[in-house]
Amino acid sequence: MEMVVNLATNAGLFWAMLPEIVLAVWALALMLVTGWRHHGEEDQRLAGHLALAALVSALFALWWLWVKDARPDGIAQMVTLDGFRYASSTIFLLGAIMAVMLSLGYVGRERILTPEYYLLILFATIGMMVMSAAADLIVLFIGLEIMSVCVYVLAGINRRSVFGAEAALKYFLLGAFASGFVVYGIALIYGATGTTNLTVIDVRTTSLALQSNGMLMVGIALLVIGFAFKVAAVPFHMWTPDVYDGAPTPVTAFMAAAVKAAGFAALMRIMVHALGDSIAAWQNAVWWLAVITMLGGNLMALAQRHLKRMLAYSSIGHAGYLLTAVVSGTETGAAAYLFYAFAYTLVTLGAFGVLAAVGRNGERDLRIDDMAGLAAKQPWMAFAMAVFMLSLLGFPGTAGFMAKWYVLMSAIQADQWTLSILLVLASVVSAGYYLPVIMEMYMKPPLTEEAHRQSVAVGAGRWVIGSATALLLLFGFFPGRLMDLSRASSEDLKPSAAFTLNAPTVVDDDISR
Amino acid sequence: MNGFLTSIGYSSWVLDAIMIIPLVGALIVMAGPSGLAKKIALWAALVEFVVSLGLWWSFDPGTPLMQFEVYHQWIPAWGIAYHLGIDGISLFMVLLTTFTMPLAVLGSWNYIKDRQAPFYALLLVLTTGMLGVFVALDMFVFYVFWEIMLIPMYFIIGVWGGTKRLYAALKFFVYTFLGSLLMLVAILVMYYVVGRETGEYSFSYGHLLENTQYVGEWAFWLFGAFFLAFAIKVPMFPFHTWLPDAHVEAPTPGSVILAGILLKMGTYGFLRFAVPFFPQVALDPTIVTVVVILAVVGIIYGALVAMVQPDFKKLVAYSSVSHLGFVVLGIWALTLQSIQGAIVIMINHGISTGALFFLAGMMYERRHTREIADFGGIARVVPAFAAILTLVALSSIGLPGTNGFIGEFLVLIGSFREYPVATAIATTGVIFAAMYLLVALQRILFGKVDKPENEKMPDLSVRELFVLGPLVACIVWIGLYPAPILRRVEVSAQALVTQIRDQVPGETQVELPGQRPLGELGVDE
Repeated sequence: MEMVVNLATNAGLFWAMLPEIVLAVWALALMLVTGWRHHGEEDQRLAGHLALAALVSALFALWWLWVKDARPDGIAQMVTLDGFRYASSTIFLLGAIMAVMLSLGYVGRERILTPEYYLLILFATIGMMVMSAAADLIVLFIGLEIMSVCVYVLAGINRRSVFGAEAALKYFLLGAFASGFVVYGIALIYGATGTTNLTVIDVRTTSLALQSNGMLMVGIALLVIGFAFKVAAVPFHMWTPDVYDGAPTPVTAFMAAAVKAAGFAALMRIMVHALGDSIAAWQNAVWWLAVITMLGGNLMALAQRHLKRMLAYSSIGHAGYLLTAVVSGTETGAAAYLFYAFAYTLVTLGAFGVLAAVGRNGERDLRIDDMAGLAAKQPWMAFAMAVFMLSLLGFPGTAGFMAKWYVLMSAIQADQWTLSILLVLASVVSAGYYLPVIMEMYMKPPLTEEAHRQSVAVGAGRWVIGSATALLLLFGFFPGRLMDLSRASSEDLKPSAAFTLNAPTVVDDDISR
Repeated sequence: MNGFLTSIGYSSWVLDAIMIIPLVGALIVMAGPSGLAKKIALWAALVEFVVSLGLWWSFDPGTPLMQFEVYHQWIPAWGIAYHLGIDGISLFMVLLTTFTMPLAVLGSWNYIKDRQAPFYALLLVLTTGMLGVFVALDMFVFYVFWEIMLIPMYFIIGVWGGTKRLYAALKFFVYTFLGSLLMLVAILVMYYVVGRETGEYSFSYGHLLENTQYVGEWAFWLFGAFFLAFAIKVPMFPFHTWLPDAHVEAPTPGSVILAGILLKMGTYGFLRFAVPFFPQVALDPTIVTVVVILAVVGIIYGALVAMVQPDFKKLVAYSSVSHLGFVVLGIWALTLQSIQGAIVIMINHGISTGALFFLAGMMYERRHTREIADFGGIARVVPAFAAILTLVALSSIGLPGTNGFIGEFLVLIGSFREYPVATAIATTGVIFAAMYLLVALQRILFGKVDKPENEKMPDLSVRELFVLGPLVACIVWIGLYPAPILRRVEVSAQALVTQIRDQVPGETQVELPGQRPLGELGVDE
């Protein structure tokens, strides 16, 4: 049953933005609560639970729209309603929920007693959802900034940590720089096409034959560079290891999973929806970006001795795999992105959850060697970590394999055979650093008798690790439904031919002034 | 027997059963008390073997079609189905696997002392993985099994292996992983190219096989990817360097399974996928020259390197490189005899080399060394051990009357017609085999007992006789009366040869008058 929403009316806009509005109302309420109660661990926990309730209710609002299959009436102007938005927002919300659950025990242990922590996660999530909902480059940029500013603060939320401060400053400076690129890119695209609406950009580039227009090309280039910063693609990745390393572990997980997924959602939407017909203009550039990101990220990860830094570099490698899905520039690529982002969110949150549990004396200093003997002391935790590592490696039987398979499919469907060969070669390299973790856990004795006695995930963290493991295995063996869903969700990402042929004049009058 | 099997509907459920029994066994092993782990595992493996044994009678040797087919939808949107089946080529691979597993469990009885439950559970999971590779009729299913069985083997080497186990396990994993990922890309390319041309997107083996002509100019690269994956697994020279490390570091049952079954996946892959998918490329004169040269180099090189090994286990490991070279030669000669011979060598190698690894393990359990020089004259101390070692070594050499002879003989006569020079050179490999094994035999068993430690070596226990007995029986039985095996392989092998030769112009096989396939010479059972 399709619900048609007229986005020109206030009521229509209200329904279209319902999940974001729900989350924002909760976030404002939480802000009030933290104004009164911001003293002890007790208050912190209260804020955490309220944040969970907020995220879950936003998720229900989102799913309500999804089940109703709400669609815009005509061309979406500011925000859109489509499967891609529903699916990707679901991924962000899941990522946020798992990050909050990981934080519940973590912030108390690390004495990060600032309840605003959860508030920032909520606002960052709103930003991500706006990014994936945007039908207009300006809206997209607003979402990007809401998200980024919150995450800058989150990276440095632990005031006592020097590395946290370094991380926050570095992230802020480079992130602001990247935002500048994005804005400039938007401006130039506006200059070339006279609009910031994604659908109209597509229509104009085709009807006015702008595919090789210089201004548009420069605009696209700047946009790509800006997003390459945000998703940590080589060579714009310099901030990533230090920021991921210095930030509190649940925040790192949130950044590596949800923030990255949001960056890719926006990139997908721009590249496939607005610039899908100008693919010749950007495909080569993104191709190279994907290749050096995959190879660079994986090769640098190979040299790491600390688990957290290794995971940071490995997330660069995964950005490269996701860029491969972007290169294909098709709906299959977008579907592959959705599946991949879902699996990657699970695995990242789970792996960082294990890291938070094992690295009680400071996760930054946890070497891969320190994992030795975990299987003997904490068999379930070691099993979960082994599943995460195999899933990151893309091994059959885990969702990570199906995700990589999907990305490969999208690349091969788009005749990107060389790229897919490079992708699997990069995967082989990654075996060189994922397997040693398993090796340490299972094949070496503990370093000391006392080792890992404390390595237990507390409370909700245990649920995150457990459910991530179970879901990864479940979707590894029975991925059919989820794949169908990913495909169905990205089917209408490209503007339909009807708009392209008939709509330009109408759109002109409506929007572009 | 056949009537009974039909009456219980054997052929409709056997494949499901043999895939599930080991997994259920693994679960019980993990859940049950640790002390019972090996007993449960043995029972599971025995049940598995007994269930699979019905295939021997139930299998219809008169048809090249797939039998015992199992078909379940898996991911319908992508044309992926859990589709399994057996023909004459996979039949003996399946039986070899289920035959080896109880012996492997029994062989690890005293060898594996710590963390028993996970070890036996992994052995059982490995069984399912290996069987899956041999019976898969869907490329996706095949790929999943092909990779999944890496994990149990990786753990078996890495956790229970020797001193350099971590290095060996990683090397084993990464080598195989590299090859198989490139194969994955090739599978996906075939899927899309064939799908685009025929309008039916499916990973079904049959569908892809019927439409391979559509891959056109890409056939060379696709063949290359498949070839690399399988050549690493075989392993063919020069991709063999992981093998000695993995073999030497693996615990005894690990080596037995590696040599007995895992290596066969590579040659099975050639027979089932690489050659039939891309016959034009596989039989291109240049490719043939390269492959045959590599095979012959492998035969000679493996034998020469085996000759200088001080470590008995390493000697056996290198002898595998040599034996598998014969298999590859036989496959590429592509005559009925050579294909039959290749399959028989695959079976024999599993039996003889498996037995040799068991014997090496037994030597190690007694003396905690595998150096040939540490033994000497032990035939007097352990006569039963010496007798069996001698018999197995002779079968590995290929002495007439043992199983080894049949396979190598068939391959050599089958290949001689096609590549006389290469075959003549390969034949010297048999001579080298006699040299390295007989010399080792002499240094281990005969002469004076010059080390005092060797004087007290206990002879084979009853359990060890149970491990070796079935292997010795097979060596003699196949050596004297191979016809039942050849008969079951024949039709499928013939169909394979015809199907491939038909696709390559100018390659029609000339049947010489009076020449009959060897299987027909046997008397019906």
